[in-house]
Amino acid sequence: MTENDQSKSEPTPALPAEDQSTADLRAADVSLDTAGGMLEPSIVPVSSQSGDSGQQQGSLIRRIVMGNGFVSVLAVIVALFLGGLLIASTDAQVAKTAGYLFARPTDFLSALWSAMTESYAALFQGAVFNPREGFKPLLETMTVATPLICAGLGVALAFRAGLFNIGAQGQIIISATLAAYVGFTWHLPFGLHLLVVIIMGVLGGAFWGAIVGILKARTGAHEVIVTIMLNYVALFLLDFLLNTPAFRRPGDNSPISPRLDESATYPVLIPGSRLHLGFLVAIALTYGVWWLLNRSTIGFEFRAVGANPVAARTAGVKVSRATILVMAMAGALAAFGGVAQVAGTEKVLTGGVAAQIGFDAITVALLGRSTPWGTFFAGLLFGAFRAGAVQMQIQTGTPIDIVLVVQSLIVLFIAAPPLIRSIFRLEPKKKNKTPKAAPKAALVNASGGAK
Amino acid sequence: MSATTTAPKPGSTALPAFRPSMKVPLSLGILALIALVFFGFLGPDQTAEMKISDAGDAVAVPALMIPGQVGGVVLGILLLAMAAYSIYLWTQGERSPKWLPIAFAVVFVFALLVWIVAGARQPSISLAGLVAGSVTLAVPLVFGSLSGVLCERVGVVNIAIEGQLLGGAFTAALVATMTGSPYIGLIAAAAAGAAVSMVLAVFSIKYLVNQIIVGVVLNVLVSGLTGFLYGTLMVPNKEQFNTPGRLDILPIPLLSDIPIIGPILFEQSIAGYLMYIAVAVVWFGLFKTRWGLRVRAVGEHPQAADTLGINVNATRFRNVTLGGAIAGIGGAVFTLVTIDSFTKDISGGRGFIALAALIFGRWNPIGAFLASLLFGFAYNLQSILGIIGTPVPSQFMAMLPYLVTIFAVAGLVGKSRPPAASGIPYVKG
Repeated sequence: MTENDQSKSEPTPALPAEDQSTADLRAADVSLDTAGGMLEPSIVPVSSQSGDSGQQQGSLIRRIVMGNGFVSVLAVIVALFLGGLLIASTDAQVAKTAGYLFARPTDFLSALWSAMTESYAALFQGAVFNPREGFKPLLETMTVATPLICAGLGVALAFRAGLFNIGAQGQIIISATLAAYVGFTWHLPFGLHLLVVIIMGVLGGAFWGAIVGILKARTGAHEVIVTIMLNYVALFLLDFLLNTPAFRRPGDNSPISPRLDESATYPVLIPGSRLHLGFLVAIALTYGVWWLLNRSTIGFEFRAVGANPVAARTAGVKVSRATILVMAMAGALAAFGGVAQVAGTEKVLTGGVAAQIGFDAITVALLGRSTPWGTFFAGLLFGAFRAGAVQMQIQTGTPIDIVLVVQSLIVLFIAAPPLIRSIFRLEPKKKNKTPKAAPKAALVNASGGAK
Repeated sequence: MSATTTAPKPGSTALPAFRPSMKVPLSLGILALIALVFFGFLGPDQTAEMKISDAGDAVAVPALMIPGQVGGVVLGILLLAMAAYSIYLWTQGERSPKWLPIAFAVVFVFALLVWIVAGARQPSISLAGLVAGSVTLAVPLVFGSLSGVLCERVGVVNIAIEGQLLGGAFTAALVATMTGSPYIGLIAAAAAGAAVSMVLAVFSIKYLVNQIIVGVVLNVLVSGLTGFLYGTLMVPNKEQFNTPGRLDILPIPLLSDIPIIGPILFEQSIAGYLMYIAVAVVWFGLFKTRWGLRVRAVGEHPQAADTLGINVNATRFRNVTLGGAIAGIGGAVFTLVTIDSFTKDISGGRGFIALAALIFGRWNPIGAFLASLLFGFAYNLQSILGIIGTPVPSQFMAMLPYLVTIFAVAGLVGKSRPPAASGIPYVKG
């Protein structure tokens, strides 16, 4: 076990310090561009490169236990458990039974258990299945997941090329704005209209992403800073536009656009739900990104740049061109999320059209380990959280924010595989105890320092 | 300041190719022309009234009356002169002095202000109120950007400033209410900020997780935690958990009566005074002490620092924690000074503006302070614009800090260069 793990995680951190002369340059490239040491093994996982990963050795169980997928599942479980503890900690019944904890500990434990399970049961009913509506909530989950998947793919694609695209939010906003504008001002025939809406939205997103790529390639401006700033620029731009007559309903001063034409929206797939064609588009995009990354020359170049820009340059890859292109593509992918929002789910443009999607997309891509299908399923999972949380808040009064907590904990645990392995003692090392204690204590402090 | 910019250029061999950095003269020239044409020749013809002292002040100073168009032309010519001086220096093969862009910025902002006020429906503004309001709004930004300076100088990118501010704001409100003392709340806020920072430190230093990922995720985590606790604790029991009261304003007698400067410098809460102290201390510490030299060495070249016996990761851990504590105090300003209760996501993206200020201020405490003031000014102007009614949409004013930052990182306005090892985990080889 130990050997297997070491072969996976050890080499990368050791890289920067090896060679004195090129260490700086290489270290800078490795960690700025491939998310710093630790993420390297997970960003370009062997399993995603092609169908067969014959190199891996050891028994099947060991491979599963040590594999990234298993760690992801454990991370989700641990995060859900911690989230449950948080829910329980504010539960009145739990507090009451804690008062006589030593007299009757079973009361406390059952209160703890019911507080945790009630919320999650409500979440499940809102996201997947409930007796009244059957699997109808699942359709809602898929609807909510659609933009998450698209934007997540955008983040993941940039990730694979070593770029940190925090700008999905801005790209969604710009694309949604353009798509919506075309959707309610131009009146085109059925079919063509939707196509034009999609094209305009995607062009907008690609443009917003390309700005970042161009600035990065030409001036070396760090994409994280530029994308964060562009998010806000896009947000204020949308706010401004929604306050101009061109974007408002006639005779109405509230910042809501007119409804998009029927011909400009994605057709609903299953009557009675909100699930629309955009979901199939998202599946197609997932396949497309998979094909691009694993079967095309340009995808290979992207990955080469992501793995080692210096080597890629030496090998004749035009790094700056790849940077611009990948950012434009990332923007375009996120743009499909924006289009799905205005042309599918919401059908109007409001200031909150992008909600938190762009930021959730980052966690989606990280949970999906930047592989297309991983991102797809991570998007579904977070879509389920989002859809279920609404129901949970109504039923149990648990604030929707718990989803943010669980989501971020999942990503934190996934980003640090040694942490999750040490919690479950998957690697019998003597250092096991310390890493577990420190961050958890810190997390508890962060939660409310005061109590 | 000089220490920051001279450090990265070892040897003078690279200089000749570098020297014609005409970006500064060029951008100054373009901005000056814009100012002259738009603020001057196309300027509004009303007279802008800028009140310097309020009616109740001990020292009464008459208001500044500046005719829009003439004022714009005069200021535009002044700007042009500064740009010309910069271009002249460039032809002589010299760099523009440091004060020039700052002076240019001040005059440009003033010209912008005259243009905006003179074009408003109600061309009158209280300069004292404007400046004081800007400083108030800038206080959290200054603390946040100082946190960023401390972290980045030691080689850890701190995207989690937003989370640290938010954590500080929440904890300040909670603890101040429960203990009944805003001062204890302030201390608790520092502890909360430090705790958020420690998570960043543990994950990025110990587990070598990408610092940007941790930062982004921490922001989400803190937003979720505070939002959750706000919903479950504070909303149902506001009296019990969310009525922190305010930090007292402690005016210094006499000095606080000086027009404009008085209220800014000498009529602040303890957090306001702490801000000035923190800026001075961090600047002095970083550039004038042995500690600062070590910190900067770790941020620029960790291998070298390690060779000289500095414990790189321990230094990083300490600095990141300290930075978090400072940002936590900044967060407390939201709930203990600006308003006296916590609401969900009260920091509203200020952490990212602080990040912008840090970059615009070139990773220097004083630069970050000035940039924060500028952004605070932009914030304040944005709200005042709405009141006096101007043709400029407030959203564009709100965009300004972000656009300015993009220009700054793209190297269009001077050159901003982060510490060399920023963002790179250090593994002892």
